[in-house]
Amino acid sequence: MMRPPGDFWDYLRRVTPARIALGRVGDGLPTHRLLEFDLAHARARDAVWANLDSAALLAELAAWRPVLVRSAAPDRATFLQRPDLGRRLARDSLQALSPGPYDAAIVIADGLSAGAIQAQAASLCKMLLAAPNFVFAPPAVALQARVALGDDIAARQGAALAVVLIGERPGLSACDSMGAYITFDPKPGVTRDANRNCVSNIRGQGLSLDEASRRILAIMGLARTIRQSGTCLKEDDALDLLPPGTP
Amino acid sequence: MLYRSNAGGTHYVFDDLRQLLARASPDRAGDRLAGLAAESGEERVAARMALADLPLARFLDEAVVPYEMDEVTRLVLDTHDKRAFAPIAAMTAGDFRDFLLSDEATGESLARLAPGITPEMAAAVSKLMRNQDLIAVAKKISVVTRFRTTIGLPGRLCVRIQPNHPADDLAGIGAAILDGLMYGCGDACVGINPASDSTKRTLLLLERIEELRLRFEIPMQSCVLAHVTTLLEVMNRRGPVDLVFQSIAGSEAANGAFGVTLALLDEAHQGIKALGRAPAGANLMYFETGQGAALSAQAHHGVDQQTMEARAYAVARRYAPLLVNTVVGFIGPEYLYDGKEIIRAGLEDHFCGKLMGLPMGADVCYTNHAEADQDDMDTLLTLLCVAGCNYIMGVPGADDIMLGYQSTSYHDALYVRRVLGLLPAPEFEAWLKAFGIMDVESRIRPSLSGGAARLLASVL
Repeated sequence: MMRPPGDFWDYLRRVTPARIALGRVGDGLPTHRLLEFDLAHARARDAVWANLDSAALLAELAAWRPVLVRSAAPDRATFLQRPDLGRRLARDSLQALSPGPYDAAIVIADGLSAGAIQAQAASLCKMLLAAPNFVFAPPAVALQARVALGDDIAARQGAALAVVLIGERPGLSACDSMGAYITFDPKPGVTRDANRNCVSNIRGQGLSLDEASRRILAIMGLARTIRQSGTCLKEDDALDLLPPGTP
Repeated sequence: MLYRSNAGGTHYVFDDLRQLLARASPDRAGDRLAGLAAESGEERVAARMALADLPLARFLDEAVVPYEMDEVTRLVLDTHDKRAFAPIAAMTAGDFRDFLLSDEATGESLARLAPGITPEMAAAVSKLMRNQDLIAVAKKISVVTRFRTTIGLPGRLCVRIQPNHPADDLAGIGAAILDGLMYGCGDACVGINPASDSTKRTLLLLERIEELRLRFEIPMQSCVLAHVTTLLEVMNRRGPVDLVFQSIAGSEAANGAFGVTLALLDEAHQGIKALGRAPAGANLMYFETGQGAALSAQAHHGVDQQTMEARAYAVARRYAPLLVNTVVGFIGPEYLYDGKEIIRAGLEDHFCGKLMGLPMGADVCYTNHAEADQDDMDTLLTLLCVAGCNYIMGVPGADDIMLGYQSTSYHDALYVRRVLGLLPAPEFEAWLKAFGIMDVESRIRPSLSGGAARLLASVL
């Protein structure tokens, strides 16, 4: 017996998060579907243009003597159009960074979603800082920052590893996603994206902070051993090397 | 060679052809980022004045990317058709614009001219044209390609179903394909961007679509937009590959960043021909391009992004492709900042591709960090379809959940076909009617009995 047609679409909708089976009014999109889309887009746009409350982050991390730095992009509109400026430190941020006997630098960067960073970065940062096998530089909170800004920061702090926690480009389904980029021996202006490892989709509905921390520390560990990061370092290999019982 | 211009008493000098083209280009983020854009509005118009006086033949003598170091330049110059070029050989770029708009420039004469037009000539004349000129001239040109459907006929608009899924899930992709078919989309192709570039998964996806196509006798092509090397591997395993896909750009170094050379594309083209799945004379390749690709690979050689884009079309032209589309707003605001820049670029790309004889479609799209929204996409979609664009993308709800950007939706395809009176490819139209998806008035109104219902029931 034929099932009623409604069943097809119920089934189809369950197998994909894509916006299928939206219905039609004539040839157009029904009003509530139109507004659903607009809401998702508005949230993503708001996320792109949101400012990071750096004072709150600095306060939360006060015990680790965090530093505040800015990229050479003075504002959001410039940041969006000039990725080169977002990868360079502003002149007046240089003195905030001093070298020390550090293994790793953590950079908390607004990137394209300040909201993702505001909500999660301090917690993840503290989890990483608690790892006993690395000496961390004072964490840097970086404004109007791209991933590669971490190369300069880590180099100036004398750390062989850069870990950049950064707001990912908002999509319609998630505008609060954080990414983590791990780079061994970062060299400003030289290091390429292929030299980095990435742990992405860190958010409430995605990768948990615990799991993200586990993966980042595993990658850092293997990167330090093989003195490389990027395409030559496979995340699965790094996780396999974790001692048994590691959370 | 120096190029000079006097704009109302101010004297401008341009160092070379590259600089002249860049300064004449409509303002956009990527050229500003590269430090190539005109520094004032006056300088831009001065450059256009100098460009308008430039003989087209000059582009055959001065390469914007050196011949010795770039196989795209060698391709352009070594395969230039002098006989086709002859009717415009004495024209300046300004004369060429006037000619293109004139009554003498018909669809037939422009088709004969195409092999004589180099990318730089197409780019140059486009920089002298307003949006309406880009539309008016493109509208004259039909580039028709064929496989199981006929694409690019006047009065027709085809749609690629883009049923992407973040985990390449077969059921999820199948659901989006069925949804698209119910909106009358799929006559350009079913084209999946895979989340992972895996030979096994590509083969599996192609086999499943092949089953669907054969079972319901759907006149359509399928494509998994994996890397060309992956598709070669699938072809070696005798997988049901209809089309070879590859992203391409306008310099050897930029293509290198995509992991391709002309030799590799030649090999893939030979491979797909040898597979023998298509009727004789069918077009078998699918290319995507987009302004900014060369700059983002630091492989633009100081050339503006629109000229580099046109050079990618010379690569595409070598393979008589079924489908070529610019992915115009995908690359982000550092190349095309807002709706105005995206709209202009989309019209330029469609025009230059058609002028060079390519079956141009467009992915009318934007990312969430660009200053653009669906209203801008509506505008560009409408303008491109007025200009005779061969095909557009159909993404469920315009929201690509794998690639994380917004394109045009199945609904958008219905809208633009309706307001402009456009029909699907003829073979596909007949199938839609036979399956009760399209009604007698050629509206997409799937009937709940008959073929459409059988198709849907097949998933349960």
